[in-house]
Amino acid sequence: MIDFGFGISPSSGINLNNSDKDTFSKLAKMEPNVLKCMACGSCTATCTAGDFKTTSLRTAILNLQNGLKDEALEILSGCMLCGKCTMVCPRGINTRHLILSINKIYGK
Amino acid sequence: MIYEGKKKIWADYQKEIPEDHYFYVRSCIRQSFFPASEATFIDITKRQLGKDIFETEHHTTCGGIAYHSDTIPHETVMTIIARQFALMKKYGYENYVCSCITSFGLYCETLETWREFPELQEKIADNLWKTCQLEFAKPKYLVHASDLIFKYRMQIAAKSKYKLINKQTGLPLKVVEHIGCHYSKMFPSKGVGGAEYPYVLVGMIEAWGGQIIDYPERRHCCGFGFRQYLIKGNRSYSVSNTHKKFESMEPFKPDMIITNCPGCPYFLDRWQYVIAETQGKTYGQDGHGIPVFTYEEVAGLVMGYNPWDLGLQTHQVSVEPLLDKIGIEYDPSAKYLGKNGKVIGEPKKPNCLK
Amino acid sequence: MKNNILVIGGGAAGLEAAANLERLGYNIILIERDKQLGGHLAKWDRLFPDGLPAQEVLDSLLDNISNVKCFTETDIQAINILDKSFNAILSNGITVLADAVLMASGFDIFPAAKKEEYGYGIYENVITNQDLEQMFKQQQSISPIPRAIGFVHCVGSRDEKAGNPACSKVCCATAVKQACEVKELYPDADVYCFYMDLRMFGRRYEDLYLKAQKSGVRFIRGRVSEVAQTADNRLLVKAEDTLSSKPVRVNLDMLVLMAGMRPSEAGHKVGIQLNLTTEDDGFFSAKDGMLSLQKSKLPGLFYAGACTGAKTLPDTLHEARSAAMEIDRYIKENFIKK
Repeated sequence: MIDFGFGISPSSGINLNNSDKDTFSKLAKMEPNVLKCMACGSCTATCTAGDFKTTSLRTAILNLQNGLKDEALEILSGCMLCGKCTMVCPRGINTRHLILSINKIYGK
Repeated sequence: MIYEGKKKIWADYQKEIPEDHYFYVRSCIRQSFFPASEATFIDITKRQLGKDIFETEHHTTCGGIAYHSDTIPHETVMTIIARQFALMKKYGYENYVCSCITSFGLYCETLETWREFPELQEKIADNLWKTCQLEFAKPKYLVHASDLIFKYRMQIAAKSKYKLINKQTGLPLKVVEHIGCHYSKMFPSKGVGGAEYPYVLVGMIEAWGGQIIDYPERRHCCGFGFRQYLIKGNRSYSVSNTHKKFESMEPFKPDMIITNCPGCPYFLDRWQYVIAETQGKTYGQDGHGIPVFTYEEVAGLVMGYNPWDLGLQTHQVSVEPLLDKIGIEYDPSAKYLGKNGKVIGEPKKPNCLK
Repeated sequence: MKNNILVIGGGAAGLEAAANLERLGYNIILIERDKQLGGHLAKWDRLFPDGLPAQEVLDSLLDNISNVKCFTETDIQAINILDKSFNAILSNGITVLADAVLMASGFDIFPAAKKEEYGYGIYENVITNQDLEQMFKQQQSISPIPRAIGFVHCVGSRDEKAGNPACSKVCCATAVKQACEVKELYPDADVYCFYMDLRMFGRRYEDLYLKAQKSGVRFIRGRVSEVAQTADNRLLVKAEDTLSSKPVRVNLDMLVLMAGMRPSEAGHKVGIQLNLTTEDDGFFSAKDGMLSLQKSKLPGLFYAGACTGAKTLPDTLHEARSAAMEIDRYIKENFIKK
């Protein structure tokens, strides 16, 4: 192999054909409310940890739907389970419980 | 695929292409990338078809490469272009045909700019007079050289010696067409068939016996992109785009690629070498690449020109498997002989790409 | 003697207005270009938000027009104003003298092939909302069983280049309804809705959205940019997932385009003869946009339904009833001696 000093860059796009949908279905079975998220962002806006470290349940759900498990876990790693997001969620999602379930199913 | 649906779109994008009497301008880079393509264009149109195609040594670059790599101002480019058009008028022509897609796009863009901003046109006319003492003019018809070969495709087919058909199977060759971005993406109405489903190369392939394959990334840029290539640090962008196209066309097993832009055939051809040598991946049969041609080269092949006179020995991807498929006669030992019969030198063989 | 009223268009607006005017004692002549009455309603299977069969609604509308003179497969050939009345020559040779005219010419569905990048009319498995309703109506199944289906919102709507910057109002709810129906038919299929904003404004529409979410329909906020065919004859669809700012691609077995509403071409031809004014969107302009929605600037000519802009079916029916009231008032004030 020759090193030209440049090469093929990996795609930064999301390919839904290869994304893991089975694990997400498992999560949705355990936490049906995850499907109700309408990406309003109030959980992220109110997040105590989010002021110091990017923490967003909204983004984590989206990442899981897009098959980006590592990104999702990383963005939830700052969560202190304080429960503020549960108070503001307009769709009544038990966000604390959902975060625990995500870690249970996707966590190492 | 509903062919009728495409025909409907093609019917919406008809472009008026005069039959004859053109002022021809060459491309800066094609003469070194594909040295025989322009000569073949002249030979086919002038000698074989008897058309009036006029050339002058006084024309220059259109300034496109400098413009797209941000090294000269827009006004300078427009004045260079005005000079080209003025030469056309000076020699008594009103139909302008250019060999390069970058030039074609830039001419379209400039004419549109002048239409929208007449005061700018006046300023450029003034610049032109001050610098060159030439009279400002605009072409009545502006076409790309591939438009003209498209126009003559049936005349070429009538004189053809070979068809784009696999000699062994009797089936049409599967051809990928690649259109230069600046041919019709900026101004769909200026291209034969528009921008989504351009017909200019499809028409040639159909007329010469081949079959076009419609693969997902057919609209994608070849990866040249000027700044993406000109600066070495950016070349990953360039080769990655090419890689994306090849990955997308691979399942369709194309026999060849036809292009109408100076940069595209070069990068689609050379980057196959880089992809092979860095990834170990080749896209043609048995470790070969997919051969990439200019439309003049394909026209020349079907008309029975000697492949080495068409400059096919300067391609990175070997063309012999395709020549064999069609049944084109050629002398392998003459591949690296120059016009004077002397050996021009043989390139080193790549490790991965056959 | 009963006053004649000409109703142009036999869709939901024309039928409902005709029924109400008939009840008020007028002599109605209704003309319809198509073979059958009902307009787009006749081509639809079920209606949002509750899934009511379109045929049931149409049958109820048709039940109420027993005394209306209906001419189907009929166009207006010429129409002009004689004194206070309208003189219309129909394509069937009949001349109608009417004291008032109701324009209920409705809308045309945006010709989806104009969005060339979506490949409608080029790829067999790219269809429109209307095509899917036809398939539902004829109980035609998708074969082979689809693994993934997508819906593209705003096709020919909110699109200046397509000539319609406005929202077509009904497509979001239609897409979500159809997504639910598809999910019911093919529970194992992945269903995607590509939207820009979800405009679920009506009563119970939000419930429909929630139902779709719960059934696993994936909503991707981003407009589809191009569609292509893969080697195995599936569709490769590209969009941006704008919520994660990343391009997204997915292979689908079918793509349904939510073609929006455009002003009816046939209605426009009649409008030109009467010098009716239109707004920038091409739909007729009402006398004013708040208090006289059913009146035109021309005395005696009234509007109902989508000829003055995209409307839902209930909105159209409301307008038809209020147009009947306005026409009744106009006739009483101008033709009936006190």
